Amino acid sequence: MIGAAALAIVVLSVAIYVFGRSRAISSAKGSLKNLHSRPSYHGLFCALWTFLVGIVLILVLGVLSRQYIESELGGRLDGYVAESQLPDDGLAALEGVGNLDDAIAALEGVPADEATLAFTRAEIERFRDIRGGSARFETTNLQAQLEDIQRRLIIGDSIAIAEGRVPSRIDRLRLNLAQEFREQEQLRQYAIGGLALAAALLTALITFFRVSLPFRARNRSERLIRFTLFICAAVAIFTTLGIVLSLIGETLIFFDKMDWRVSDFFFGTNWSPLSNQREGFISPEDIGWLPLLAGTFMITFIAMLVAVPIGLMAAIYLSDYASPRVRAFAKPMLEILAGIPTVVYGFFAAIFVAPLIRDLGQSIGLDVSSQSALAAGIVMGIMIIPFISSLSDDVINAVPQSLRDGSYGLGATKAETIRTVILPAALPGIISAVILGVSRAVGETMIVVMAAGQGPNLTWNPLETVTTVTVQIVMLIIGDTEAELSAGPAFTLGFALFVVTLTLNFIALRIVRKYRELYD
Amino acid sequence: MSDQVETTTPVASGGGADPNAAVKMVGKGVNVYYGDAHAIKDVSIDILDKTVTAFIGPSGCGKSTFLRCLNRMNDTIDVARITGTIELDGQNIYDKNIDPVQLRARVGMVFQKPNPFPKSIYDNVAYGPRIHGLVANKADLDVIVESSLRRAAMWDEVKDRLDQPGTGLSGGQQQRLCIARAIATAPEVLLMDEPASALDPIATAKIEELIDELRENYSIVIVTHSMQQAARVSQKTAFFHLGILVEYDDTSKIFTNPTDQRTQDYITGRFG
Repeated sequence: MIGAAALAIVVLSVAIYVFGRSRAISSAKGSLKNLHSRPSYHGLFCALWTFLVGIVLILVLGVLSRQYIESELGGRLDGYVAESQLPDDGLAALEGVGNLDDAIAALEGVPADEATLAFTRAEIERFRDIRGGSARFETTNLQAQLEDIQRRLIIGDSIAIAEGRVPSRIDRLRLNLAQEFREQEQLRQYAIGGLALAAALLTALITFFRVSLPFRARNRSERLIRFTLFICAAVAIFTTLGIVLSLIGETLIFFDKMDWRVSDFFFGTNWSPLSNQREGFISPEDIGWLPLLAGTFMITFIAMLVAVPIGLMAAIYLSDYASPRVRAFAKPMLEILAGIPTVVYGFFAAIFVAPLIRDLGQSIGLDVSSQSALAAGIVMGIMIIPFISSLSDDVINAVPQSLRDGSYGLGATKAETIRTVILPAALPGIISAVILGVSRAVGETMIVVMAAGQGPNLTWNPLETVTTVTVQIVMLIIGDTEAELSAGPAFTLGFALFVVTLTLNFIALRIVRKYRELYD
Repeated sequence: MSDQVETTTPVASGGGADPNAAVKMVGKGVNVYYGDAHAIKDVSIDILDKTVTAFIGPSGCGKSTFLRCLNRMNDTIDVARITGTIELDGQNIYDKNIDPVQLRARVGMVFQKPNPFPKSIYDNVAYGPRIHGLVANKADLDVIVESSLRRAAMWDEVKDRLDQPGTGLSGGQQQRLCIARAIATAPEVLLMDEPASALDPIATAKIEELIDELRENYSIVIVTHSMQQAARVSQKTAFFHLGILVEYDDTSKIFTNPTDQRTQDYITGRFG
């Protein structure tokens, strides 16, 4: 229904564009010069307003009314609460428990012949299935919490029944509620669709009658377009802001759980946050991220050791030495390298490079593990070469030919010109290319998972297996650990990594600004 | 348009070449091709030492191309091809034994658009001496930088800010910095490709004054679109048209009594 209304609004917008435009033409009486704005601007003005009013109404009313209906539904359950009253010994048993798993365990000890108690326990269990066993269970205000759990379950089930999904259980109460919900939902959709369409129609009429000779439709619609563009930019900015804020929030919650032993995280050398997962808690002794940070930096360093010299020299060759024919062929080839999915690089590293390095090492008497930081770093470096070479090539080409001529005219050789004139002039761009490469390396995950290993290992030896921050985030999230337990360290790692890369970028930008040579 | 043009009057500092001036560079039967285009057609010319030689002619006539042949700057263009010989002090600069890099140290060049390196004023002037190893220590380099800037008539303007970027100077100052940079390498010939075309009249006057002073030590070849400028600063003038050297003579002769009808038409503004 709402979809149909939205479609109708789009059709209406198109129609009012045509009508507004033709009204502008006819009001000009044959001489379009008399119009302040060209006819299409009048049409655009009508159409934009109609579309925006309709769509915004649908979105805003849709969200608000759904929330309203759900809370209405909750109100119907006020009388229901008495049913799930816990007996006193049940309440006593729940004193002091911390989470849902514990609550269920505590209720095991209470005599089970009382129907209400069994009912309550089943409810908690179902709720646990949804929220996870380590979800917090406050010991204060037990009765209210139990009621709240039940009410939310029943509403969730009713909506599920109404929308044809599978509920956790079906009974008369739920079916009644579902029926009620279905009726209200239908009413709601008709109401919103009709309201939005009516408002759009009204807007269309108002704007249509504003079309006249002196009406400044061009300025008005330009302003409207500017506003729309601003909204789009704001979406991107607010998304970034939202991500950063949620990272910060989750990090603070995690540190709160860790009794604010922040230094254990930043300076601890032992990373095994899930070693107590059976008991459902994380010990602050197990969350030292130094091994991960060291692994990240080691692999990044190796990667840059490979990528920067090769990429930069390739860029110099392409821009100043290669003939146009070689360049036309070689540059796209290099850029194809950037299009290879990192997972391909990953198994290339794991299956080919890592064993090669191990065998090479063994042949000269070195002890190399079959997954090593060196293998991952080298392959990652190869992956980053095109970023550095392509971007550097662009900035080197952007150095004006007049500077090259000036240097050649003084009797400098090609190499002298590149070293003393072109590279200094292109340095800011080259540094930003390197920064981009470092960010890629720090954030890269697939290659490291496959080629460097998963074991946290604080070492200086690039021949040993190491792990990185990103790999550990992956391990935490995809492992079969409850999200409640693993999300905290994952968010915290993400936030810490974000801070590190931000700091690196900031420092690099300052360096660039200080040493750059402006050539225009 | 009447035949009366201002170019006939200001032949004052210019005029004739010193009859005792030695020949510095000799072009013999020079042809230049850009791919299929025949840009310079069989040009032969003697360029005198301690003389300012002006190349004039309409746009696309090949004067800049020929200028760039004199220090082999055309080598940096892939499609350019050159036949004939150009001699510097009797030696063919297109000979296999000649290294264009060494040649350009002897035949310096100043370009149309000021192109200071994005470095300090000091480093700009010190660039040539450094790459050619002309100096043993910093003190010698200081001397060269100062004398070059003095000869470019800008020492007093910049002596307190030698560490400031050369790109921060005004257009006229930048061009004089480029001239200082070129003479710091101690060249024997200085090529200037429309050195004042991007400058205002005051800066242009300063550059012209400078060229006149530099004539005492160097052979200077200047390409210009301004016939007044050619008349003011040069002693010899070469008129190019469609890749051909139409007429080459004393500046006073070219501007007062040209032999060729095309030269006559050009300097009186009939075409070009």
